[in-house]
Amino acid sequence: MTTTARETVLGRIRDALALAPAPEADVPRAYRTGRTLPDADRLALLTDRLVDYRAEVHPCTAEETAATVAAVLTPRGARLVGIPAGLDRTWLTAYDGALRVDDAAVAPPTLDALDGVVTASAVSCAETGTIFLDGSPDQGRRALTLVPDLHVCVVDLSSVAVGVPEAVARLVPDRPTTLISGPSATSDIELERVEGVHGPRTLDVIIRTDV
Amino acid sequence: MSTFLGMPAAPPRAPYGAGNLRGDRSFPKAAHDELRNDQLRRNLGKATHTIRAKRLAVTGELPDWERLRDAGSALKTATMNRLPDLLEELERKVTERGGTVHWARDAVEANALVTELIEATGSREVIKVKSMATQEIGLNEHLESRGITPYETDLAELIVQLAHDKPSHILVPAIHRNRDEIREIFLKEIPGVDPELDAVPAHLAAAARAYLREKFMTTKVAVSGANFGVAETGTLAVVESEGNGRMCLTLPETLITVMGIEKVIPRYQDLEVFLQLLPRSSTGERMNPYTSMWTGTTPGDGPQDFHLVLLDNGRTAALADSVGREALNCIRCSACLNVCPVYERAGGHAYGSTYPGPIGAVLTPQLAGMHAAKDDPNSSLPYASSLCGACFDACPVKIDIPSLLVELRHQKTEESGTTAEKLAMKAAAGVMKRPKVYTAAQNAARLGRVAGGRSGTISHLPPPFNGWSESRDTPVPPRHTFRSWLASDEGTAALRDAAAEGARQRAAAPETPDTPEEDR
Repeated sequence: MTTTARETVLGRIRDALALAPAPEADVPRAYRTGRTLPDADRLALLTDRLVDYRAEVHPCTAEETAATVAAVLTPRGARLVGIPAGLDRTWLTAYDGALRVDDAAVAPPTLDALDGVVTASAVSCAETGTIFLDGSPDQGRRALTLVPDLHVCVVDLSSVAVGVPEAVARLVPDRPTTLISGPSATSDIELERVEGVHGPRTLDVIIRTDV
Repeated sequence: MSTFLGMPAAPPRAPYGAGNLRGDRSFPKAAHDELRNDQLRRNLGKATHTIRAKRLAVTGELPDWERLRDAGSALKTATMNRLPDLLEELERKVTERGGTVHWARDAVEANALVTELIEATGSREVIKVKSMATQEIGLNEHLESRGITPYETDLAELIVQLAHDKPSHILVPAIHRNRDEIREIFLKEIPGVDPELDAVPAHLAAAARAYLREKFMTTKVAVSGANFGVAETGTLAVVESEGNGRMCLTLPETLITVMGIEKVIPRYQDLEVFLQLLPRSSTGERMNPYTSMWTGTTPGDGPQDFHLVLLDNGRTAALADSVGREALNCIRCSACLNVCPVYERAGGHAYGSTYPGPIGAVLTPQLAGMHAAKDDPNSSLPYASSLCGACFDACPVKIDIPSLLVELRHQKTEESGTTAEKLAMKAAAGVMKRPKVYTAAQNAARLGRVAGGRSGTISHLPPPFNGWSESRDTPVPPRHTFRSWLASDEGTAALRDAAAEGARQRAAAPETPDTPEEDR
């Protein structure tokens, strides 16, 4: 009979562990978890980190969302903007450019023609300046926030966790999840940081402080 | 077959001659040439010092950094103990979520498998995310031999590929190139590039963006590695900076991920540890710009055809070594390279393997072996270290690299069997046990003074001691041995004078009679 690669590899692992048994290891989770911070501190920490990554930060209230979105898009010259199907349309009532609602049938080169994209977000991590997108209807599929050169992302302060453990605990594992910490960047040439390679070169984060 | 016999058999190393786990000459020979490259040393020195400072700044700002390292280390160890169960769980979860899982015993099998999967799509080209595993198995070379064109999309990997070069660092594979060299490579190799392109890093990155944009939009198949595979959920993670990873993982119709079996982690929650340890140790950032996590396939989002290839290629051989298996805990951050005084001077190419630096010096021989009979370049790798210990301090999962190096040196000596050097050492032990024979031997050794010439050192000892003198000079034997000097009139007089001096001192300072000279 022929042995499959699967049987062979699993057999080898069992042999290896029989030849060199290792003691059981307990995992000490003494690192910081379950941290909380007041709203003002989380806002300050997240803002500091995002600015460090050279993302633009625009704090506002829920009522000011539409005005802030328009105030971000217009000076960037964005005349054609993509949105996920589940995005709250009231956010775009002050924007006077054209909108294109995304769906799975739209091919990547068509996304490339967009000037930018506006989405919501799932969770953020203040300590690392990371925004988590999870493909929910108000965030859309992954390609939508990747191909256009400008990403305007709305973050509600209530969704901002203090550290990585607190943020990971809020995720839904089987959703396609993208962690974004600033615009795309490379340090591949003499370790000199260059912002903007393949992902959006501009990241605008609108933080709604009362949501 | 061992499972049927009920007796465990030692798993095989990665096959000799396949993939990129072996150079064509020993480390000292390769390093000898690399050390003459002033440009390389300047580029490397600048890069490693920059990244060291960044890493220290961001690891220093976490008060629980050491506790995270403890957790990461224990998680990896616990994973190895449960590897069969975790891999089966990962396979089950990925399959449930619409992916297909394949297993590959070695590089040859993995290359054939990936080629078949690409051919089944009808595509003749693939876009690639930077991946150590596919570099290790030599996938690009294999694909090219089968008429499939792989496009590396990470900027540094692209530079290496366009220059027909080899990577020299785990994180920044083109660290050995400076901006002027990169400009030259782009001008020569990128079709339709602006001939006015200058050497400003931002402009060079923009040229790469323009070149790869069209590939991302049109290529139907991507190949990636994986930083983590979560057994509990079937979720895979790729950590990156440029967005080329997101492009490859999102836009094509088919995604093929090649993952070493040691990259599995038990639970989704465990990401909370590694997503803190990896970016801070690797690029010295609080978080890398992009991380993608996906579970099987998702209707309407990303590739609808997903294949996961689980690769052994010597990993089980490493696992069978109770000391050496620790090398499998590596999360490929490259912090050990950046702090290593040997790597900083010799560069990555001198190691001859996909995995350079301190971790490469232990991982490469573990995966591919050190074949004594074949004069294997890998058997020189455990000696490519001063054992200073900086790598151990920097490692986010606390791999005791210096101890592993010493263990491998021991294994190499054991494996090399009876050599002339060993026989000579045995003879020396016999001589030293007999004082008269020893004195006679010392007198005879004085004849060796002529070999030292005017410098008083011997730079090349005759066989079997030439191994010793390859990397160090030997002082000539002295005119007199200590024993013959002590027995002479001069020696007896010196001893008598010293005793008298001691008696005088005790008489002069009776209140501190017990204080030895060196403690004052």
